[in-house]
Amino acid sequence: MAILIDENKKVIIQGITGREGMARTKLMMGYGTNVIAGVTPGKGGGEVLQVPVYDTVAECVENFGDIDVSVIFVPAPLVKNAALEAFDHGIHLVVIIPDRVPIWDVMEIVRKAKETNARFIGPNTLGLLSPGKAVLGMIGGRAETAREWFKPGNVGVASRSGGITSSIAYYLSSSGVGLSSIVHVGGDAIVGTPHPDVMKMFEADPETKGVVMFGEIGTSQEEQVADLIENGEFTKPLIAYIGGKAAKEGTRFSHAGAIIEGGRGTYEGKVKRLKEVGAHVVDAFNDISVVTKEVLGMD
Amino acid sequence: MARLYEYQGKELLQKFKIPVPNGELAATPEDVYRIASELNKPVVLKIQVWSTKRAQYDGIQFADTPEEAREKSSSLFGKMVHNFKVENVLVEEKIEIKSEFYTGLIIDDSMKQPVLLFSSKGGSGIEEIAKECPDKVTKRYIDVLTGLKDYQAREMVRKTGISGKLQLQLGNILVKLFDVAKKYETRAAEINPLVLTSEGKIIAADCRITIEDYAVFRHPELGIEIAREFDRPPSELDKIAYNVEKNDYRGTFYFIQMEQGFKKGEGYVGFHGAGGGGSMMSMDAVIKQGFKIANFTDTSGNPPASKVYRAAKIILSQKNIDAYFGSGSGVASQEQFHSARGLVKAFREQNLSIPAVIRLGGNQEDLAVDILQEYTKDLPAPVEGYKKDDSADFCAERLRILVDKHQNAAVQKKKQELFLPKEPYTFATLTGTVTFDHAACLCCKTKACISACGPQILNLEDEKPVLAISREEAAKGKCTECLACELECEFHGKKATFISLPIPGLTD
Repeated sequence: MAILIDENKKVIIQGITGREGMARTKLMMGYGTNVIAGVTPGKGGGEVLQVPVYDTVAECVENFGDIDVSVIFVPAPLVKNAALEAFDHGIHLVVIIPDRVPIWDVMEIVRKAKETNARFIGPNTLGLLSPGKAVLGMIGGRAETAREWFKPGNVGVASRSGGITSSIAYYLSSSGVGLSSIVHVGGDAIVGTPHPDVMKMFEADPETKGVVMFGEIGTSQEEQVADLIENGEFTKPLIAYIGGKAAKEGTRFSHAGAIIEGGRGTYEGKVKRLKEVGAHVVDAFNDISVVTKEVLGMD
Repeated sequence: MARLYEYQGKELLQKFKIPVPNGELAATPEDVYRIASELNKPVVLKIQVWSTKRAQYDGIQFADTPEEAREKSSSLFGKMVHNFKVENVLVEEKIEIKSEFYTGLIIDDSMKQPVLLFSSKGGSGIEEIAKECPDKVTKRYIDVLTGLKDYQAREMVRKTGISGKLQLQLGNILVKLFDVAKKYETRAAEINPLVLTSEGKIIAADCRITIEDYAVFRHPELGIEIAREFDRPPSELDKIAYNVEKNDYRGTFYFIQMEQGFKKGEGYVGFHGAGGGGSMMSMDAVIKQGFKIANFTDTSGNPPASKVYRAAKIILSQKNIDAYFGSGSGVASQEQFHSARGLVKAFREQNLSIPAVIRLGGNQEDLAVDILQEYTKDLPAPVEGYKKDDSADFCAERLRILVDKHQNAAVQKKKQELFLPKEPYTFATLTGTVTFDHAACLCCKTKACISACGPQILNLEDEKPVLAISREEAAKGKCTECLACELECEFHGKKATFISLPIPGLTD
């Protein structure tokens, strides 16, 4: 088992004919993701990598029945429309890759997702991957590197940074710690599936024995994870690293979500709260693999 | 968050019929005199800067006559508040206040919804009010689609103990404030204080509005120069960098100057990260080695080589940096040779005289490091490239060693050879132009440009490289500006290729 994605889920790509859409469709299909169709308004009737392209999501459903997942690669100003279209056609998992999606659009997407009982990952996400099964988005870049870097196993990874998602997963894999699923929750202030939601899914996944989480200054995601542990809703070992120790208050360092506002979301506050509830907070990034092995009694 | 000045915020409130005091913006004491004369009443002078502590800086003053207003304002113009210089003063009629309230619409990231706050006590910050008198503060989450209904707003006001006509008046303002926030996609929209005048009118005496960065492009009428929050006015370099980012949608380029006016030898590093999390971690690593950060830069999301090149040129234009440090997450999904080529072109054009350590771990890292090291060997300063198994801490240590060793090395600035093609063949790309000197191409044996071309858009015609696609297609982005043709031509051909990638405003 894995969380969110495996090789059987039926996947469509919205924005399949664009620069990134095309390149990442190749990655996803090469890795084993079951990509069945693509959508680009105005370009229906064509093909990308032998995948049929339609003008609308409705046509995908008419031709292939229920769709499980949509991965969105359209430009940021068009994301809201694409996501609402996916939800309207019964898609329960939408992965929103682009960054710079306006926050009022994101709030509308949240509202619609709630109404249709759907979930979304991102925006501003590199995606997610279940080693040996499937990938959604662009993690790994190419199928062969994704296979080389990420090994299957029992540790879940969740991160607020795309690059760090891959690097933690790679360092764990190369030190002999295999992975159940790895999820980049997205770098923005509002994301569809923040850390606490991912933790709940890892909790429910029997294959996952422990989780490594990369947190960052800003937002209250890590504090909420601490609450889950305290309330007994997340019981598996958690190894955490918090980025942004040197960042000064009020200055944004590229991730829209990584900003300390009004004394909230500080490095110290997050570390303290996580330590209080028994999470293993690692000070040096390079120690993540070693500590994970110790905590899970590996070697 | 892109901040608006008080007077800009009030303009937005007025558009939605939220009353504000009569007044006008002044840029000189003479303006102040004129406006005060026209108002023909006692006035308040308010400096227009991004600070919530204007009163502490004596930035808010009262005057009974136009003469007094002019006199008092002369000490306000040019005043420094935090890092901001006062350029404008808002001159408004003085309001006779009966009571003060607070209302603000903010976005709650954990609830993923806008939340409206109302307090029957105004003046200080809402956090303090909520702490001191929690019974005077109400909050309500709002459905983004259906908005705030009049009865809901009045219910909020009622909970703080207000009834009758005042409840009606305040509820009305709350509904309008939500409409302002939604229309202009604010990150925060606060009216504080919202006042009841002695004549029984409700007026927004002060406001603080920020527009969400990602939405700024939809509101050109607001005239926001850089969609980002600064604790100082944006520097010239910040503006130059922002325009590069704004005019190239491919990948992300984020730049902010952290220090200016430092000297050589003080340990300032030109910092070039890749990816938000990896950049922050790499910044920590380089600071741990005793360096200071001149700028924070992040190029990520698979930017073309041309964008990385521009970022590097902008970083290197900070005259007194002692070193260049590039490092991201270490395991990048994007193909890293694009970044390598961008850096090489910039380093070569600058004849790099400061040590550089670049961590290029990720997809195609072997090729990336080869390009970086091989094509910078002849530069005066050392350039080292590292891969995914080398930590950011290790790379920062290498930079420390190189800088210490390099400190006293005398470097002569090489005069850049001008590219003067005899028989130019030129085509436009998305953000620049590519030129081949066909006279030189004729005697080139390798034709390295053709095989190196990433998107494979070049053909050989009479022994000379030409476009295999239409010029329009090349200009629209089919030429990905991967810079491979120029570098391969320089090292394996006849040095007959030049890619011009202008950076408006940047001077060498």
